[in-house]
Amino acid sequence: MKNFFLATYLAVKEVARNKGRFLLVAMVIALITVLVLFIAALGEGLSNANRQYVANLDAELIVFLEKSDYNISSSRLETNTVKAVRRVEGVADAGPIYTSTSQIVSLPEPLKITILGVEAARPGMPTLLEGRYFRGGEAREAVMDASVAERTDLKIGDEIEIRSTQGTKDEFYTLKIVGLVDKQAYFFQPTIFIPAATWELVRPQSESELNSDTPYPNIIAVKLTDPTQVDVIKTRLQNEVANIEVADIETTINNIPGYTAQQGTVQTQGVFTLLIGILVIGGFFQIQILQKVPQIGVLKAIGSSNFVVGLSAVVQIIIVTAIGVGIGAGLNYLFSLVLPAAIPLAFNGTWSLVAILLLLFIGPLGGMVSIIYAVRIEPLKALRLG
Amino acid sequence: MNTVALEVRDLVKTFSLDGATLNAVDGVSFQVKSGEFVALVGPSGSGKTTMLSILAALLSPTSGQVLIDGQDLAKMNEKQRVRLRREKIGFTFQSNNLIPYLTARENVEFMLRLNNKRDRAGRMRSDELLARLGLAERLHSLPSQMSGGQQQRVAIARALIHNPAVVLADEPTASLDTERAYQVVETFAHLIHENDRAGIMVTHDLRMCQFVDRVLQMQDGKLVRIYEDKNEIMELAQGILKH
Repeated sequence: MKNFFLATYLAVKEVARNKGRFLLVAMVIALITVLVLFIAALGEGLSNANRQYVANLDAELIVFLEKSDYNISSSRLETNTVKAVRRVEGVADAGPIYTSTSQIVSLPEPLKITILGVEAARPGMPTLLEGRYFRGGEAREAVMDASVAERTDLKIGDEIEIRSTQGTKDEFYTLKIVGLVDKQAYFFQPTIFIPAATWELVRPQSESELNSDTPYPNIIAVKLTDPTQVDVIKTRLQNEVANIEVADIETTINNIPGYTAQQGTVQTQGVFTLLIGILVIGGFFQIQILQKVPQIGVLKAIGSSNFVVGLSAVVQIIIVTAIGVGIGAGLNYLFSLVLPAAIPLAFNGTWSLVAILLLLFIGPLGGMVSIIYAVRIEPLKALRLG
Repeated sequence: MNTVALEVRDLVKTFSLDGATLNAVDGVSFQVKSGEFVALVGPSGSGKTTMLSILAALLSPTSGQVLIDGQDLAKMNEKQRVRLRREKIGFTFQSNNLIPYLTARENVEFMLRLNNKRDRAGRMRSDELLARLGLAERLHSLPSQMSGGQQQRVAIARALIHNPAVVLADEPTASLDTERAYQVVETFAHLIHENDRAGIMVTHDLRMCQFVDRVLQMQDGKLVRIYEDKNEIMELAQGILKH
């Protein structure tokens, strides 16, 4: 305990009497912290924009067309598959999901959106935040995601006009917004939900597709009676329903085109930033220790133990790192307040905390060499010997 | 006044350089009593600093014995030696004496902190000692804000504050002008006598010998002559007596 106080005393005094020098390193650490937290937020933001709808589905399994490689856009199921899936034992409910993209043109600036055809109150339709579900059939009604509301001034009760290219013509459809959901971004676009039959009518189609009125769902979201039975039901579905393959939510997310590659890129950047941090801190403290050799020699010659000298170096590195990370986290918070919504940054508490802990850890890790060096300095250095 | 604080018996320290062996200290024996101030002189390479390092338990001798306050250094492990250094030995160095980020007072009190004795009485004694050394106005100055002489005096206070058995000074006047050097060594001698410590000063400046009780002269690692007569010492200091 006495050693700990001594070490802290030395570390604190040195930092306090050399504020400029240590603040400089702390600022470097602060900027690295900002960068790491930004990259973490970017990773989270990008992945949210990509997967949020799938990740928040009230379902445990997703049914794809056989051999579609769990790719949502390339999977196109038969209409009656939904009924077949619902009949399988252990399935509580199943809802078809139809995906497509379009554009809201009744705005000062057109907004590209994902249109998702779903059945109200079935898996695939998220829980309402406000308003009501659309009616069934071909009702020209839509539920919008909060991400649409954020980028436009649209409210429940407003009407929107969407434009879809069908065959060789641009067709315009008017939809009334009746409800609001949140956290449903999909494929980097804000989302609106409409009834399946309306979806078939308003979505962009080729000339040949226009001849058919039957909507084919891309995937089916399956909710289980017992969510722990994922593997059993998965096998059962594949055995009992023809021409399908089944994946859990995680597999589905990882197979969203580009998702894994994107997350890999972002994570690599994060790891390299941390490595740079380790090297910068390591370099600074190593040079500082080299300058302090005679002084550490004196400390030891007058009777400070190696333990106190080493501990003091550790405490000092922790103090400087903590100040840097603190400043960085503060700066980051300020940035997060002023950033426009269009930049896909999501500051996730858990991830930020993990990043901050990692950053606090890189200080002592980077300073390891200098700490070992400090412990090994001979007290004889005080006498110009050794 | 009469207890033996430091005793050296047949001390030998051998270094090997490129296969050749060199006796930096070669069969040296002497004693220093409490209240006695001794100068260790000799040309460079005569083994003074090696001698001092061994006395300070910073270097192990090849053979021979060093007893500080009756304790044999050779029988101690590293941990006990660290403890001995902070409890029984006071130290001033030629340069880089003080911890640069501690004020004069903090540097002196650090010695008390190390020994867990920084109580009210200890703090008062430290301020008194600094005042005695003419540093009452500089308690809160950092080493970089003080002159070489002031720094050396803070180091003297630090070397004495914890009442060590032995005080070792390595070239205390090396970076000082003559007048300051006299002042510093005179005060040093005074405090050693007054506090009944055993003081050993390594110096190449014979003029400083006028303040000491005995002069040990070293050459090529051997103790070649001991001056004990006060007149002889004064003559040596004034350069009349050639060594």
